[in-house]
Amino acid sequence: MAGSAYLPQFGSRTVEESEALRHTALVRITHWISAVSVLVLVLSGIAILLAHPRLYWGEVGNLNTPSLIDLPLPFVLDIPIRGPGRYLHFLAAWVIVFTGLVYVLAGLANRHFSRNLLPARSEFTFREAARIISGHLRFRRSSEEELSDYNVLQRLSYSAVVFVLVPLMIWTGLAMSPAVTSVFPFLVTAFGGQQSARTIHFFVSCALVLFSIGHVALVWQTGFKPRMRAMITGSRAGGKERA
Amino acid sequence: MSGRVSRRRLIQTGIGAAVGAGAFGATVKVADRYGLIPANCRGVYGLSETITYAGQRLLTKLPSTAREFDRSQITENPLVNGRAPTTEPYQKLLAGGFADWRLTVDGMVARPGTFSLEELKGFPSRSQITHQACEEGWSFIAEWTGVPLSVVLERAGIQPQARWVFFFTFDKWWDSIDLDDALHPQTLLAYAMNGPEMPIDHGAPLRLKVPRQLGYKSLKFLTRITVTDSQNEVGDGLGSGSPSDGYSWYAGI
Repeated sequence: MAGSAYLPQFGSRTVEESEALRHTALVRITHWISAVSVLVLVLSGIAILLAHPRLYWGEVGNLNTPSLIDLPLPFVLDIPIRGPGRYLHFLAAWVIVFTGLVYVLAGLANRHFSRNLLPARSEFTFREAARIISGHLRFRRSSEEELSDYNVLQRLSYSAVVFVLVPLMIWTGLAMSPAVTSVFPFLVTAFGGQQSARTIHFFVSCALVLFSIGHVALVWQTGFKPRMRAMITGSRAGGKERA
Repeated sequence: MSGRVSRRRLIQTGIGAAVGAGAFGATVKVADRYGLIPANCRGVYGLSETITYAGQRLLTKLPSTAREFDRSQITENPLVNGRAPTTEPYQKLLAGGFADWRLTVDGMVARPGTFSLEELKGFPSRSQITHQACEEGWSFIAEWTGVPLSVVLERAGIQPQARWVFFFTFDKWWDSIDLDDALHPQTLLAYAMNGPEMPIDHGAPLRLKVPRQLGYKSLKFLTRITVTDSQNEVGDGLGSGSPSDGYSWYAGI
């Protein structure tokens, strides 16, 4: 991978390894732990939401006050899914927070972010984006070369998830905690109130679900088996065993 | 050669595991001493529950005041969640204007006894406009007036080894809070809400108000307070009736 040229001090071993591996072990492990956590967070989040599928803006909201949005979902209070849902939600939240911390610290330390994730300004063009989208729409098979590196749209969407959406989920989650906001009230006042934070938490989770669906769909389209192999074993798609 | 390496590995792993287990045990002991281990620290969710509770208890060592609001932000027509008990003892006291109601305070206190509503109203009082946020997702803001729990515990003579305060209600509910919350100035035994009285369905004659936790910790229709040094001896030992229903004992979320 071209990026390893930036790190000559790591020696030839790093060059060999990064050429042999599509994804580092750290990326693969944190990817799958995060994937399971997100799935659990979404399912348990739905279980919690169904107790009161009504969204508000500002500090307060209840059945006696006007809503921002009445989601077209039933109120589920009698089926005991909420209690276990809450336990699971916080369990999965801690798992993804610790996993994310490891991923972010490592990504900063080994320059995974600057090399592989953040889009370079030069390729950040409308023409390049249009080329990628039209390629997907025509189901054009990507070349192995294209698949060896993240394209600009991948970089943009992955960066948005890592640096915007997931931090926003954590922030809006903390904004709903009366104990945390008793120490840091700005965490919730920044959003204009606890119910606003809850509403943003919901919409950001929708964005993450949409991302996940698009992500899996594109993995499918560009070749499910080699992509999965790359994210599970780390080996390059179609590449021979080298390490 | 490989045998020796693997034996060395084995010894190293063994020492590592022993050191790790020792460090874990010591951490648990220290954490428990500083009140960072909740009663529901076991089971599948025990670790995450403990991390949440310990993390927030370390955080609330910093100045920690539940947000208070302006009078103009008080929610009109606050939602009632669960009506007053229909049982005879409660209805009889209600009919008598709660003149015969008494709050029992016992357990690890120097002077166990009872307090009438009039006595409680005679203690130093506090009014605050805070959230009542239900774990279901809805919320309202109201003004609560009552006596800080710390005042009552002080009058009863809370003992130095006390660690938990349990609450029991007319509707057979029970829960507990730690001393961090029990002695917090905003933790009230509230006898009034949005006016001179506590509306019946909001917990008359006396309810707990713990504004640094979710609404379900603010028990209504109180009958008894018991101070203990352990959460194991009450009920199923999980600190509250909530965990058996799937709800966390600690609800600072």
